[in-house]
Amino acid sequence: MASAHSRMRCGEFRTTYQADLTIFPTPLARRVAVASVLFLLISPLFLDAYHLNLLIQIGYYGIAALGLNIVVGFTGQISLGHAAFFGLGAFTSAWISNNSGIPVFFTIPLAALLTMAVGLIVGIPAGRIKGLYLAIATLASQYILEDFFARAEWFTGGSSGAMASPVSIFGYEMYSDKSFFYIVLFYVVIMYVAGANLMRTRDGRAFIAVRDHYLSAEIMGINLNKYRILSFGISSFYAGIGGALFGHYLGFVSAEGFTLMLSIQFLAMVIIGGLGSVMGAMLGTIFMVLLPEVMEYGVHLVGSQSSALTQALAYIKEMAIGLAIILFLIFEPDGLAHRWKMIKNYWKLYPFSY
Amino acid sequence: MNYELLLQLIINGLIVGTLYGVVAMCFVLIYKSTRVVNFAQGEFLLIGAWTCWAMLVKFELPFYVGFPLTLVFMMVFGVVLQVLVLRPMIGEPIISVIMVTIGLSMFFQGLVSWIFGGYTKAFPTVFETASVKIGGLHIETAYIMSVVVSVVIMIAFYFFFKYSRMGLAMRATAFDQQIAQSLGISVKHVFAASWAISAVVSALAGVVIGMVNGVSSALSFIGIKVFPVVILGGLDSIVGAIVGGLMIGVLENLAEFFDSQWLHFGNMYNIAPFYALVIILMIKPYGLFGTKDIERI
Repeated sequence: MASAHSRMRCGEFRTTYQADLTIFPTPLARRVAVASVLFLLISPLFLDAYHLNLLIQIGYYGIAALGLNIVVGFTGQISLGHAAFFGLGAFTSAWISNNSGIPVFFTIPLAALLTMAVGLIVGIPAGRIKGLYLAIATLASQYILEDFFARAEWFTGGSSGAMASPVSIFGYEMYSDKSFFYIVLFYVVIMYVAGANLMRTRDGRAFIAVRDHYLSAEIMGINLNKYRILSFGISSFYAGIGGALFGHYLGFVSAEGFTLMLSIQFLAMVIIGGLGSVMGAMLGTIFMVLLPEVMEYGVHLVGSQSSALTQALAYIKEMAIGLAIILFLIFEPDGLAHRWKMIKNYWKLYPFSY
Repeated sequence: MNYELLLQLIINGLIVGTLYGVVAMCFVLIYKSTRVVNFAQGEFLLIGAWTCWAMLVKFELPFYVGFPLTLVFMMVFGVVLQVLVLRPMIGEPIISVIMVTIGLSMFFQGLVSWIFGGYTKAFPTVFETASVKIGGLHIETAYIMSVVVSVVIMIAFYFFFKYSRMGLAMRATAFDQQIAQSLGISVKHVFAASWAISAVVSALAGVVIGMVNGVSSALSFIGIKVFPVVILGGLDSIVGAIVGGLMIGVLENLAEFFDSQWLHFGNMYNIAPFYALVIILMIKPYGLFGTKDIERI
């Protein structure tokens, strides 16, 4: 092959299996990912509390959204009960740290493991039913778990909620948002790298096979039951991590926070971001976290005096989320990740787009 | 044991159950003919009840004018919704279709709360007497009317699907879309009509419930309660919807009774149907009357 500058390749060609199996499609993508993590590492130095708060929100919701994407986007199972697992993670971590001497930093993965166990149990019916029936079953599990949160006072504090202590590791307590940001970033990087790698393993490919054509998958020797339940378990693990971070960040966990509405928001993140895309989960989360903020900003911009509009803000946010879901499904069903890919391809092939 | 309370609760359960049955029938109608799982069924009740409330209270129309106008509005609403939002979703995967109706449900809940506020508002009284005594039991007049209306709707559905041209076209479409299309049935019209009928009948149920309990966002929860009903009866069975509605209506009142007498868990009224749902899905996922999916390779 001639030297690179004389014949620049137009487009992205993979010539070996190794090249096809890398986490990052191009060296540039890898460098951008590393650079953005480095950039986030120094960002607390110049970000104010408001923006830092948004980043932390994107972090813990993003982890949970990736979990939901594994079950919905990669395995093709529908779950309407993700918020309940998110809540279970928050309550469990708060409960473990309040009732034992384990530092909070370690109760987060412990809580996630317990959430995963519950997810595996809820996932058992998922092995038998699919599609629509599964959506309805998970809807029921959402209500049942929500009811459990409101009732189990020994565990969740009932209607008054539970206190969650701030993150501590080896005796250091981290009260400030800045130090918490690093904790969230740590988990986000770990969980996203794990998520991207999961899809390169045997199990990850089995998930995709189950999604694409479950009959063929079964004929090829993939144990449908096992992988359907497993994907529920992994997704609950992610939800548990996200929920535990959420609980310790707010310092207070209340049963009212984990309603069907939050489950729908998680689904919206996954769909807007792009089903079956690891980066899409993050993009969708960014969209869904920023959307209410933008609505709030817009409302204050239009009528800072008119209190009617400000009072209706909660409803306007709800409408905006609903509308975003509908518009994305009609006009961009593959989500932001797909749109991003198209933009990239356009520039990659720039002068010769055919 | 308090037998009088038990009897009263069972009667209440049957009355509420007929309403569940009607709403479930609307749900099944949409599912059967268009294969869309409508998570926004509860919002149909909500919008219908609020529209009727606005007609009666804001515009001060008499009931016999305002109520038919509500139904006309809902018919147009159903058709517009189908054409604008659901038609582009034909052929999309099931998750997209489910999510689009969930999005609709959120959007309309926000919109309705924005317009009418988040508080319960009472319907103007339509009947002179609030309740009548039958055999020592108090039954509200609106409940009696609701049972009468529900039974009339059910009979109307029966004749509609048995004899009318559109009803037959709907059954044909539900049976096999391609064959129906090749026989000259306009599947487009069938889809629009099923949404329109579903919206109108749901609104009717919404108005009836609104008369008894007042109009509030809580009405849309009926749309969620429909799921245990249709799973019990079978997703694509109209008879199943009615039977399931009655059973779930009685079940939740019985659960309430046992809870208040012995268990004291609280909130059983709302949660018991979901436990029932999970159990049914585990042992008989296609419900009592639903057709079993048989897949051939």
